Amino acid sequence: METTGKKKLQIALYWGAACGGCDVAVLDTNEFILDVAAIADIRMWPIATDGKYKDIEAMEDGELDLVLFNGAVRNSENEHVAKLLRRKARVMVAFGSCAHIGGIPGLANQVTKEEIFDRAYLNNPSIEPGNRTVPLPESHVEAGALEIPTAYKRVYKLDDIVPIDYYVPGCPPLPAQIKGVLLAVATGQLPARGSVVGAGHRTVCDDCRRTRHERKIKKFYRPWQIIQDPETCLLEQGIVCAGSATRSGCGVRCPNSNMPCRGCYGPAPNVKDQGAKIVSAVASIIDSKDPAEIDRILEDVPDIMGYAYRFGLPASMLQRRI
Amino acid sequence: MRSIRIDPITRLEGHGKIEIFLDDDGGVSDCYFQIPELRGFERFVVGRPIEELPRIVTRICGVCPASHHMASAKAVDGCFGGELPPLARKLREMYYQAHYIHSHIAHFYALAAPDFVCGPDCDPATRNILGVVQKVGLEIGGQVIKARAMAQDIQTILGGRSTHVVWCIPGGVSKGLTKEELERIRPMADQLYDFTLFSLKLFKDVVLANPAYVDLILNGPYTLDVHNMGLVDENNAPNFYDGKVRVVDYEGNEICKYAPEEYHHHVAEHVEPWTYLKFPYLKQRGWKGFVEGIDTSLYCATPLARLNVADRMATPRAQEAFEEMFQVLGAKPCRALLAQHWARLVEMVQNAETLKGFVEDPEITGPGYRVVPQRITGEGVGIVEAMRGTLTHHYTCDEKGICTSANLIVGTTNNNAPIQMVTKKVAQALIRPGQEVTEPVLNMVEMAFRAFDPCYSCATHTLPGQMPLEAVVHQGGRVVKTLRKNLG
Repeated sequence: METTGKKKLQIALYWGAACGGCDVAVLDTNEFILDVAAIADIRMWPIATDGKYKDIEAMEDGELDLVLFNGAVRNSENEHVAKLLRRKARVMVAFGSCAHIGGIPGLANQVTKEEIFDRAYLNNPSIEPGNRTVPLPESHVEAGALEIPTAYKRVYKLDDIVPIDYYVPGCPPLPAQIKGVLLAVATGQLPARGSVVGAGHRTVCDDCRRTRHERKIKKFYRPWQIIQDPETCLLEQGIVCAGSATRSGCGVRCPNSNMPCRGCYGPAPNVKDQGAKIVSAVASIIDSKDPAEIDRILEDVPDIMGYAYRFGLPASMLQRRI
Repeated sequence: MRSIRIDPITRLEGHGKIEIFLDDDGGVSDCYFQIPELRGFERFVVGRPIEELPRIVTRICGVCPASHHMASAKAVDGCFGGELPPLARKLREMYYQAHYIHSHIAHFYALAAPDFVCGPDCDPATRNILGVVQKVGLEIGGQVIKARAMAQDIQTILGGRSTHVVWCIPGGVSKGLTKEELERIRPMADQLYDFTLFSLKLFKDVVLANPAYVDLILNGPYTLDVHNMGLVDENNAPNFYDGKVRVVDYEGNEICKYAPEEYHHHVAEHVEPWTYLKFPYLKQRGWKGFVEGIDTSLYCATPLARLNVADRMATPRAQEAFEEMFQVLGAKPCRALLAQHWARLVEMVQNAETLKGFVEDPEITGPGYRVVPQRITGEGVGIVEAMRGTLTHHYTCDEKGICTSANLIVGTTNNNAPIQMVTKKVAQALIRPGQEVTEPVLNMVEMAFRAFDPCYSCATHTLPGQMPLEAVVHQGGRVVKTLRKNLG
C-alpha cells in the first residue's frame, strides 16, 4: 500500500467468524476496488493486503476513518480484534449478516459445544476407528507445548461485544450497496449513528414482483413438493417465506430464482424480532379457526425455528437454546 | 529448546499458526501447522428439513459456496432416491464450470501470481494484487477483473446468485435458462475461453521463461512423496461435478477407484489434539503418521493431483495443455507442488471448453429442469471436486425428509497432513543452523502451503499472495528475536 497521505481515507476490513463471502462481495465491486485504492489507504484487509494486528496496535486511537467488520464473534481472538479495531476506528460498521445479526453460524446456538465436538471427532462414519482424541486448548508434543484457542459456548453478533455505528445487512451484501457505503464515508454524508445502511427501508415482499391475492391456505408445502407458479406469492402457495418480516435491498434474488426468502437481510424496519414476525406470518395465513386443524396444518412446517431464525438466532429474544 | 512461532496467518475463521521448534544448533527439529476453529455445521444441520441443507452449507465458504451447494444437492438427491432430469444435471454442471473459473482466476492472479510476477523476494508491501496490476499493466489487470466478473455473472444468470446460490433443489434446479439469458452468456463464454488461453501463455512467459523459477519448481524443497486423489469420468478424464474418485500412487499405479457412496470404506480421518482440523488418510492402509513413501496412507487432493490421476483431459485444447505440462515437468505423476499453479490453469481451459459446449447444446434452454421427487430413501453421498480438493457430503434423513446426520470431508482437509509435512520440509531446508531467518525465507515457507490454495474450514483465500506472518524466536522460555513481515 502507499504511504499514508493526509487526505486519504484510512480504512480496514476484517473478518471474524465468517466464511469469506462478504470479502468476495467486496471483490465483486470489480474495477471499483482500484478506485478505492486511489482514495483510501487500506490498512488492513486480510484477503487482499497485509496489515497485521501489530500494525493496528501501533496506531493512534481513532486513526482509522472506517472499519468494515464482517463475521460473528465466537472465540477470544474474534473478541480481541473487534475491541482493538473499535478503539482505532472513528466509524465501525457491522458488515453482513453474521456481524449484523449472527448469521447462519449462529444456528450453532441451538446445540452445545459438546454435541458439536462429539459429532466432529468421536462419532461419524469417517472417523479413525477407535478414536478417542479430541482437540485440546493445550497439548504437549515431544518438542514442547502447543496451544489452540478455546471456542466460546455460543455465537455473538458484533454489537454484543463492541458498540457499532452502522449496520450493512445481507448474506452477502450487494456490491452496489457496498460502493454506496464507501462513497458515503468518503463524502462524509452519513446518516444517524445506529442506522442500517446499504439496504432498503421496506420489506422483501414490498420489492417482490410476485402477486399477492390476500388468500389463506389449508396446506403448507416444502419447496420441492410442488412446481410453484412463478407469478404468485410463495407464502400464498404454501411455501414458508420470510419476505414479509425481512428488510428489503437484496434485489429479491431468492424469490426471483423461485426459492423462498430465508431472511438474510435481517428484520424489516420496525420489526422487533424477525423470527416472531415470520412465525406470525405463517400462523396468520392459515385458513382455519379450529385448533386441532391448525395443528395438523402446521405439521407440514418442520423446524419452525430454522425458518424463523435462519440468520438471526444470536440477535433474537431467545439468543440460544434454552 | 527454541521455537519460531508464525502467528497470525490470515485465516477466515480465526487464524492458523505455525510453530517451528529448533534444536540446540538452530536447525529445525519439528514443525506444527495448527488450525484454530471448528464451526459445527455437521451438528447444527441435524433436525432441519434436508432440502434446506444446500442453502445452509454454502456458508461454510464464501469463496467456493457452489462446491458445497453442489455436493450437498447431490447428497440430498440421494436421500430422495437420486432421480434427476438430464437437463438439471447439465445446468448444474454448466454453472459449476463458471464457478471454477471465478475461483481459479482469483487464486492464480491474486494469490499465486505475486510470488512469480513480482518475485518471491520482492518488497512485501508490493507483493499483492495491486503489485501484480502495476507489473502487468492496467490493461491486463482490467482484463483479469473483467474475466472474473464474467464468471460471476454467468453464475448469477444461471442460478440467480453467485455467492450463496440457492438454486439446487431435490429433483433438479429451481429455474431454467431462457434463450435470452443464453445469448447473454454466449459472448462471455467465448471471452473466458480466450482468457484461459491467455493465462496459460502468461504463465509460460513469466514463469517458464525464467530458469530460476523452473529450477525452484522442479528442484526446490517443494516436493512430497504422497499419493493423488481426484474425481474422474468413465474415461479417467477429470470431471469436477461427478464421477468416481480415483486414487493413484506417486508412481502412477491405481490404488483404488470408488463411487461416492463407498467413501467411508476408503477414507478415514485421524485426530490430533493440537489442531481442530482432522487428517484424512486412506483407510485400508491405516494411519501411519506423517510419513512419505510408497506405503504411506496420505494423499493430496489438488489441481495437480487431479491431473496426476487423470489419463487424459475431457476437452481438446486442455488435452494439448496437459500433454505439454507433463512433458516439461518430465514426469507423470508429478510431485513438484509448485506445479499446482500450472495445473490450475490447465483445468481452467477445460472449464472454459466445457462451458462453451453447454452454450452450444440445443437442449440447454429446455423446460425439463425439475421433477417432484416421489420417494424418500433416506441416505445420500454427494462428491464434487471443490477447487481445493475432493469434497464429500454424506447425509441421512428420516421418512419425513428431516436430517438425522451429516458428515463432511472438505477439500482442503484432505491436504492437511501433506501441508503439515511440506511446511516442515521447507522450513528444514531453508532454516539452517547459524543462519539468519529472513523475511524472504519465511515467504518461501509460505509458498509451500500457498501452492495448495489452502482454505481452512473451507475458506481462506488470502489475496495478497502473502499471508501476514510473525515469527517469534524463543530460547529458554524468553523471546530473543521478533521478526515481522509486511509492515506496509
